[in-house]
Amino acid sequence: MANEVVDHGRRRFLTATTAVVGGIGIVSAAVPFIKSWEPSARAKAAGAPVTQSLAKIEAGQMLSVSWRGLPVFVLNRTKAQLDTLPMVDSRLVDPKSDGASAGQQPKYAQNEARSIKPEWLVIVGICTHLGCVPEFVPEIKPEPFDPDWKGGFFCPCHKSRYDLAGRVFNGVPAPKNLQVPPYHFVDDSTIQIGVDPKEAG
Amino acid sequence: MANVFTNIGDWVTERAPNMMPAYRKHMTEYYAPKNFNLWYYFGSLALLVLVNQIVTGIFLTMNFNPSAAGAFASVEYIMRDVEWGWLIRYMHSTGASLFFVVVFLHMFRGMMYGSYKKPRELVWLLGMLIFLALMAEAFMGYVLPWGNMSFWGAKVIISLFGTIPYIGGTLVEWIMGDFLPADATLNRFFALHVIALPLVLLLLVVLHIAALHEVGSNNPDGVEIKKGPKGNRWDALKPADGIPFHPYYTVKDLVGVGFFLLIAAFIIFFAPTFGGWFLEHDNFIPANNLVTPSHIKPVWYFTPFYAIVRMIPSFLGSAVWGVLAMFGAIAVLFLLPWFDRGQVKSIRYRGTGYKVALGLFVLSFFMLGAVGAGITAEVIPEWFGNVDVTFWENLFGRTMTLIYFGFFAFLWAYTHFGWEKTKPVPERVTTHD
Repeated sequence: MANEVVDHGRRRFLTATTAVVGGIGIVSAAVPFIKSWEPSARAKAAGAPVTQSLAKIEAGQMLSVSWRGLPVFVLNRTKAQLDTLPMVDSRLVDPKSDGASAGQQPKYAQNEARSIKPEWLVIVGICTHLGCVPEFVPEIKPEPFDPDWKGGFFCPCHKSRYDLAGRVFNGVPAPKNLQVPPYHFVDDSTIQIGVDPKEAG
Repeated sequence: MANVFTNIGDWVTERAPNMMPAYRKHMTEYYAPKNFNLWYYFGSLALLVLVNQIVTGIFLTMNFNPSAAGAFASVEYIMRDVEWGWLIRYMHSTGASLFFVVVFLHMFRGMMYGSYKKPRELVWLLGMLIFLALMAEAFMGYVLPWGNMSFWGAKVIISLFGTIPYIGGTLVEWIMGDFLPADATLNRFFALHVIALPLVLLLLVVLHIAALHEVGSNNPDGVEIKKGPKGNRWDALKPADGIPFHPYYTVKDLVGVGFFLLIAAFIIFFAPTFGGWFLEHDNFIPANNLVTPSHIKPVWYFTPFYAIVRMIPSFLGSAVWGVLAMFGAIAVLFLLPWFDRGQVKSIRYRGTGYKVALGLFVLSFFMLGAVGAGITAEVIPEWFGNVDVTFWENLFGRTMTLIYFGFFAFLWAYTHFGWEKTKPVPERVTTHD
């Protein structure tokens, strides 16, 4: 039965095809293991919309609401606080939120105050750098991290700073403005986070 | 009785003829240079700590509950209710920090005496892979107690991957298995920490030692004993300047082990948190996804790398640069054998420029550590009064980052263009008689 002459071409072909078929098999078998790391159906189902009453949030006060496990800041801005927004424009990365931060808010919140109603700021309290929760530092006074502070948010992790509309300052590690989640007003003193106004219809 | 042992030995040798030769090759007939000094303790100490981590780790898993709901309480249960549980946990947590202490010193020894140079590049590369695996192992271990620092540490480190353009967001969700660090994250980190990465580490350690024993150990003089005269007391063909690893260096290493255990025991019994450096205060608070600790900082051994992330501002609407710089800080270490074109290995015979550069490199590493640990943010206002802390901290940190990377650039230019004035290297190790 022994072959006198070894057919090298045939042997190479068989080696190559075996390697390719085996390789495809290994890659295919890896798919379920890789996919098993994705958020499970239970984790996805936990991302339901959240309804929050605004009645008890006084002017200047901020409330942190949990939505999809993320802290959502709901801030009732005073007239004085709204007045600080144009004052810091020149020190911001993207004051109009139409550059790097164009995708950081729904269309209906792409304005100076980054909100549906100017006084009510609704933003995800997650630093756009590496995901820490920034602190709310509302007082207009010199701070160790900024001698010319007009109030806003300060991230303790890597010292990123945002103004009172969640717009990021120049020269900090965070690249974008804080994200505005989809939300709408159910009535004058209630919002629902996680649903756009038009979807709510 | 001796006869029985001989018989068993013969029985094994008949069936596995290469087992005893392997022991001889790596122990009694592995000839290491006779001039090892204090810096050569840290390899065997790293092995000792690895064994400690594995043994104490196995016993911790027996009482640890890897779930977001139960992890924190089960660690407190180990600390308070399990007999001797506090000791086992403190041995494990102290061991983690001391692991990095001995590994950093071990790496510095390699840099100082040129142990990464030809023919030992592979030993260096395998060692760097061990360092990388060790960092992943330490990070995941830190997440397991599910304190507030565990949670936010996990969040920040995983978010590093989120800065990668296009796939970042999906990748972060894939790593966490949720929209934030949660049960799924803790469970998979537990699996990786207790089985996957230890297996990888053990395999790499075996390869690291096997690769070392192929080429032989370097020494403080940086001369190749294999190229020197032959013939020693035990073997006429082996290097004259070599002595058998066992019993000579096993006994020497035992002295180091004794001294090391004395220090480790002191920390374990009297200062297990090491003033917040080994176990951070904020990690004694359960994980809270709505509140970031006000002074978030990683454990001390990550602070230099963490500082580099912080020092690089975002650019072109992306924060990926800081992350790239941090990984780059590790990548340049991998490439050290190719940055350094110098022929002379040991610092004893190298040019002044190299000595100064290495000193500055070590300084920048410590100073970056100080920035990453938040020390500079505290002392700047204390020492200089009412100044713009962010500005001065960034200036300082960026200078140190430049020095860190500058070391590698300088080393290349210094050796490539032949600016280095070296001293003559002796033919044999200096203490050969």
